[in-house]
Amino acid sequence: MTSLNHSHSAVPVHPSLAHLSAADRDAFADEVEAIEARVMSSLGARDARYIRRLISAQRWLELVARLVIFAGILHWSGFIIGALMLALAKILENMEIGHNVLHGQWDWLRDPDIQAATWEWDNVCPSAQWQRSHNHLHHKWTNVIGMDRDFGYHILRLSDQQPWHPGYLVQPVSNLLMALFFQWGVAIHDDELATLRQGETPAPRARQKLDNLLRKIGRQLGKDYLLFPLLAGPFFLPVLAANAAANLLRNLWAYAVIFCGHFPDDVHEFTPEQVANEDRGHWYLRQVLGSANISGGPLMHLLSGNLSHQIEHHLYPRMPSNRYAEVAPQVRELCARYGIPYNSHGLARQLFTVWRKVFRYAVPGRNDTVLQAR
Amino acid sequence: MVASTVKKLLRAGDWLATPLNAARYLETINPLWSDHGRGRVERLIQETPDTVTLVIRANGAWAGGEAGQYVQLGLDIDGVRYWRCYSLASPVQPGSREFSVTVNRLDGGRVSTYINDCLRAGDLVHLKATAGDFVLPAQRDDQKLLFISAGSGVTPVMGMLRQLIAERSGADVVMLHFSPDYAHCIFHDELRASNSEQRRIHLAVTREDARDGDLAGHFSADMLEQVCPDWRSRQAYVCGPSSLMSAVSELFLGAGLSSQLKQEAFVLKRAEVPEGAGGKVGFVVAGKQVDADGKTSLLEVAEGAGLTPEHGCRMGICCGCLATLKEGQVRDLNTGEVFGESGEKVRICVCAAAGDVSLEL
Repeated sequence: MTSLNHSHSAVPVHPSLAHLSAADRDAFADEVEAIEARVMSSLGARDARYIRRLISAQRWLELVARLVIFAGILHWSGFIIGALMLALAKILENMEIGHNVLHGQWDWLRDPDIQAATWEWDNVCPSAQWQRSHNHLHHKWTNVIGMDRDFGYHILRLSDQQPWHPGYLVQPVSNLLMALFFQWGVAIHDDELATLRQGETPAPRARQKLDNLLRKIGRQLGKDYLLFPLLAGPFFLPVLAANAAANLLRNLWAYAVIFCGHFPDDVHEFTPEQVANEDRGHWYLRQVLGSANISGGPLMHLLSGNLSHQIEHHLYPRMPSNRYAEVAPQVRELCARYGIPYNSHGLARQLFTVWRKVFRYAVPGRNDTVLQAR
Repeated sequence: MVASTVKKLLRAGDWLATPLNAARYLETINPLWSDHGRGRVERLIQETPDTVTLVIRANGAWAGGEAGQYVQLGLDIDGVRYWRCYSLASPVQPGSREFSVTVNRLDGGRVSTYINDCLRAGDLVHLKATAGDFVLPAQRDDQKLLFISAGSGVTPVMGMLRQLIAERSGADVVMLHFSPDYAHCIFHDELRASNSEQRRIHLAVTREDARDGDLAGHFSADMLEQVCPDWRSRQAYVCGPSSLMSAVSELFLGAGLSSQLKQEAFVLKRAEVPEGAGGKVGFVVAGKQVDADGKTSLLEVAEGAGLTPEHGCRMGICCGCLATLKEGQVRDLNTGEVFGESGEKVRICVCAAAGDVSLEL
């Protein structure tokens, strides 16, 4: 009902969608869902084997990485090789395993150890907190300025639709800090914790959330920066450094992949008015326009947790990530037929345009809204 | 002493394994070193053309159980874990933790068919604790027992019989077991061989001519009088199809002896839901129950009942509203498909009740 009135109403539609009628949008949505239905009905033992083997390989890698770090006691190269292996293990755990399990992509296995509701990842942000801000807020409000808290993470101005204020002048530095401390940025930019400072979130709920966060942080720090280094006795510091290096590399990589998902050039932003009466077709179209892929081979897809298929991930957040590569050409062809831009470039190009935006929007444009310093 | 040291080490390991626990890494090395109940299929025994016995060796995390109880067996079929209850058809061997279950292929039964056709020795199964009071009395050496079973209902009875034999119990046993024919008589040879002065085992066939000394036809009071005139003074057990269960329980009820009869139903029937019908919707966490029709989404039903479940798009796309199904089935309002296994996540914004359901909300 909404959709029929919508095309005739005064509600502003995003310019990139203006050429599509309500019937076109419906047809697009039907085709998007047909692709999903084909894949979801074909899930089976092959997919289960994929995630189980990956989890098993990741745990072996982590066990061996910790041992190789300790072997640094015998030869210094162990600290470096071990740190690199541990970084790789943490990247796999956070991205291709953790992120996707927490989306419920593997809930259909009905394995209580590989469930969105119970999975806890190797990251300072508690899973439940991240699931709420990511699955419920970011995926629902993808690139809607003011609603999608992951757009610029409330630190960066990446669009002329965000009003400028002088605080953004330092965003090249904030951007660097974000990259270095990405897991911390994700953990603290939660909306309810933000409102805790302003006293808006009901106290017991926010209190509970803060307790969970602090407990998680304590355990994570305790493991990497106290217990494992202590096990090395006099080699406490080198082990601590190796673990810190692994966490740092994971942060940098996660930052790079995630910033390339929604902030490169030609990714579209939306206003709350444009999505006020969104129908099914609009929803899918916004997910396509608001996301960007990273082109590359199987290794890029694996290491990015298949967020190199950000467009497919936003269309099908519950589809097991190992299937994105197979649906990507279908989605791309579908977008071409409907005249919808499909943003896919190499990592270097996407990252370059993100950084260019970081610098460009640090200062106000000629026609931009400027907020007076608060 | 050793066990407690291992436990302490594991607890220390949990800190190193955070945010997981040490068992997750141990099970990567050997799946049986898990803190979840698991077992390996040691061997399979084809009992009849459509019945197979699994001899399973359980790991230390499985709590064990008594013969006659049922264990929940979890199997991954096409990647999806299914749980089914099967009776322990043998006592659990104390040293080896070995036990057996016997699985009869059901028409259209996904799990029983998989077990009969695809399971191999060496495969892994998931185990949950056993339950049920269909077990031998604690004091049994001077007891008089009566077992009545039919078809695959023989499995828990066989478990108890094997236990009595293994422990050389002095209990006096009469057993009456029904099969359609000899080819489909599960444990036929073992039952024949176990027949003795102290344990008198009567076989009956319902669709074939009875052989030497066996009985023909279905259960009746007369038949029971004939093989076991003192049935009124025995602790009785019955397990089999519902026709047998009701015939036996009516007999005991009529004699005022219901308290002497233990029953084990082994076929769960899913209630047939008329096309488009709704049902009672239970919200387990909130402790509420409301009636719902088959057209209203469970999200709206929950909101109508005063709950505020998390949700996103309300279009079935974002999966922000997933809730765990405890019991019952739901209907996808877009496709009309009726589905639902206990433990499955459902999108409550596009699913309605199909019969009575309960949700973890």
